[in-house]
Amino acid sequence: MNPVNYLYLAALLFTIGATGVLIRRNAIVVFMCVELMLNACNLAFVAFSRMHGNLDGQIIAFFTMVVAAAEVVVGLAIIVSLFRSRHSASVDDASLMKL
Amino acid sequence: MSATAVHSLWTTAATAADPIAKIDAPKIEYGQLSPVLIVIGAAIIGILVEAFVPRRSRYYTQMFLSAVALIAAFAAVVALAARGYGTTRAGITAMGAIAVDGPALFLQGTILLTSLVGLFTFAERRLDPEQHGNRVDSFAAQAAAVPGSESEQKAVKAGFTTTEVFPLLLFAVVGMLVFPAANDLLTLFVALEVFSLPLYLLCALARRKRLMSQEAAVKYFLLGAFASAFTLFGIALLYGYAGSMSYGTIAQVVDGTVQNVTPALADTMGNDALLLVGSALIVMGLLFKVGAVPFHMWTPDVYQGAPTPVTGFMAAATKVAAFGALLRILYVVLPGLRWDWRPVMWGVVIVTMLVGAIVAITQTDIKRLLAYSSIAHAGFILAGVIAATPSGISSVLFYLAAYSFVTIGAFAVVTLVRDAGGEATHLSKWAGLGRRSPLVAAVFAVFLLAFAGIPLTSGFSGKFAVFKAAAEGGAAPLVVIGVISSAIAAFFYIRVIVLMFFSEPRPEGPTVAVPSPLTMTAIAVGVAVTVVLGVAPQYFLDLAGQAGVFVR
Repeated sequence: MNPVNYLYLAALLFTIGATGVLIRRNAIVVFMCVELMLNACNLAFVAFSRMHGNLDGQIIAFFTMVVAAAEVVVGLAIIVSLFRSRHSASVDDASLMKL
Repeated sequence: MSATAVHSLWTTAATAADPIAKIDAPKIEYGQLSPVLIVIGAAIIGILVEAFVPRRSRYYTQMFLSAVALIAAFAAVVALAARGYGTTRAGITAMGAIAVDGPALFLQGTILLTSLVGLFTFAERRLDPEQHGNRVDSFAAQAAAVPGSESEQKAVKAGFTTTEVFPLLLFAVVGMLVFPAANDLLTLFVALEVFSLPLYLLCALARRKRLMSQEAAVKYFLLGAFASAFTLFGIALLYGYAGSMSYGTIAQVVDGTVQNVTPALADTMGNDALLLVGSALIVMGLLFKVGAVPFHMWTPDVYQGAPTPVTGFMAAATKVAAFGALLRILYVVLPGLRWDWRPVMWGVVIVTMLVGAIVAITQTDIKRLLAYSSIAHAGFILAGVIAATPSGISSVLFYLAAYSFVTIGAFAVVTLVRDAGGEATHLSKWAGLGRRSPLVAAVFAVFLLAFAGIPLTSGFSGKFAVFKAAAEGGAAPLVVIGVISSAIAAFFYIRVIVLMFFSEPRPEGPTVAVPSPLTMTAIAVGVAVTVVLGVAPQYFLDLAGQAGVFVR
C-alpha cells in the first residue's frame, strides 16, 4: 500500500482530534482529543520514516509516547483536582475569570 | 527505496557479521552543557529531598539547593561566554542536539537570573499572616486537598507547605535553558514539554483563591497541550519534507543547497505544501507560548489565576525561552522562506501590538492588565524578530533581558498589596496607594514607566533598539504602528500611576505587607536593572550585539 495513504489518515485523525477539542465540553474528552492529535502525529512520523528509509521518525514516535504519558500524568492530576472541587469537569463551567 | 532495503534498517540477516560493533558511542560535551546539567541535577536531588528530608527542614534545604544550583549554572554560563563559546568557539554539541552559541548563552544567562529572582518570590513567607503559628507562602498547604474541605484545614493546621514547587521550578528552568538552544526539532519539542508541564502544575497551587487557580491551570493545560500537538504535527511535516530533524539540514533543504538528494527524498522535497504548512504549525506553537495574538486567549486568565510569584516567573522566563526558540527557527531553519513568513508575521505583529494595548485599557484587575501589557510587549519584540537582520537578533536579546526583570519586579510588587482575602488585585483598591505607602507606589510607578517605554528606563532602550532594527529591516510602517500602540499603552500605565498618587485612599483599602529580604531583593534587582539598562544601556547593547550570531 502506498505510504502516502497513511499520511492522509494521519491528517484525518489530527483534524478529528482538533475538531473534538474545539466542540466538546468535557475536560476529559477534550484531553482525549489532544491525545488523538498526538497519535496522529505519531502515525505521520512513522509513515514519513518509511518513505524516507531512515529511522528518525520511528525514534521520535517513542519520544512522543513518553511525552504524551507525562502529559497524562500532569493533565489528569489537574482535571481531577478541578473535578473534586467543583463536581463538574465541564470547561464551560470554569468561568470565574470572565471579564 | 525498496521494501527490503528499508527492512534491512531494523532487521539483520542471520549471517551478518556483528553489526553492533559499528555503533559509535555518542560524544557529549559535558563542559558546554554544564548549565543545563547542573540545574537538572539539582532538580532531581530536590525530588530526593522531598522523599527523605524531614518536613520541617525541607523548605530551607530546597531553597538553598535551588539558589545554589541557579547561581552555579549562571557562573557556568558566564565561564562559557568568557572562554569564547558565545563567539569564536560557538558550536553544536551533544551530537547535533544542542547549539552553544551567543544567543543561547545570552538567553540562558537571562533565564537563570530571572529564575533566581523568581525563586526569591517563591520562597517568600512573611506576606500572609501566620496560620496556627506557621509561616505560610503563596502555595497551597496540600494541593490534593479539596478547597474548603476538612482535609485542607487539617493540612493548614499541621503547617504543611508545598515545597515541591522548588524542584518544579528547576525542571521548568531546565526546559527553558534547552528550548532556545535546541538544534533539532525533537529537542525543541521535548524541551517545550519539559518546561510547560511543571508550569501547568505550578499554576494550580495557589493558597488563596484556589478555585481560580485550578481553573487557570486547566485552561493553560488544555490550550497548551492543544498548541503543542499542533507544533508536533508541524515537526512531522517538516521531517517529511526534509527527511531530517536537524536545523542545519532542514535549512539546506529549504535553501535548495543540499548536496546529494537521496532518491527517497525526491517524493517529498519538492512538495512545498509540507514545508509551508509544517513551518506555519511550528511557528504557531511558538507564538502561543509567547502569547501573540491570535494565540493569546490563555494569557489573561492564566496570569490572573496563577499564584502571583508563578505568574511573574512565567511571564518573564517563558517569554525569554520562547522568543529564543522562535528566533532560532526563523533565522536558522527558515531564512530561505523569509519571503513567505515575513508578510504573515507582519500581520501578527500589528494585531498583537494593537489588541494588547487596546484591550488593556478596559481591564480592572491589575494582573489582567499586566497580562494584556505582556501581549502588547510580545508584539514589540516580534517587530524586532521580523527584521531578519543581525541587529534584529541583538535588539530582541536586549529587549528580553530588560523586559523580564521589569515584569518579575512588577508582579513581586503585586504580591505586597493585600487585604483580608489575600492579594488585592482589583484596580479600585489601589487608589491612593501612593499616600499610604509612597515607596511601594513609587517602585511600581518605575516599573510602569519602564513598561510604557519612558526614557531613562530599560523599556525605552529596549523599544528603541527593536524599532530601530525593524526600521532598518524594512518594516517602517510597523514602527509607526508600534509607536502608536505604545502611546495607547502609555495611557493605561499612566492611569494606574495617577490612580495611585492622585486619588483619595479608601478607608477599607488594602494594606501593604512588609516582606522579608527575599521579595525586597527581587524588587530591588528589578529596579536596579530597569534603571541601569535605561541610563547606561551601551555595555549591555554591545554584549547583546556580540552575542547576536547563531551557529548553524
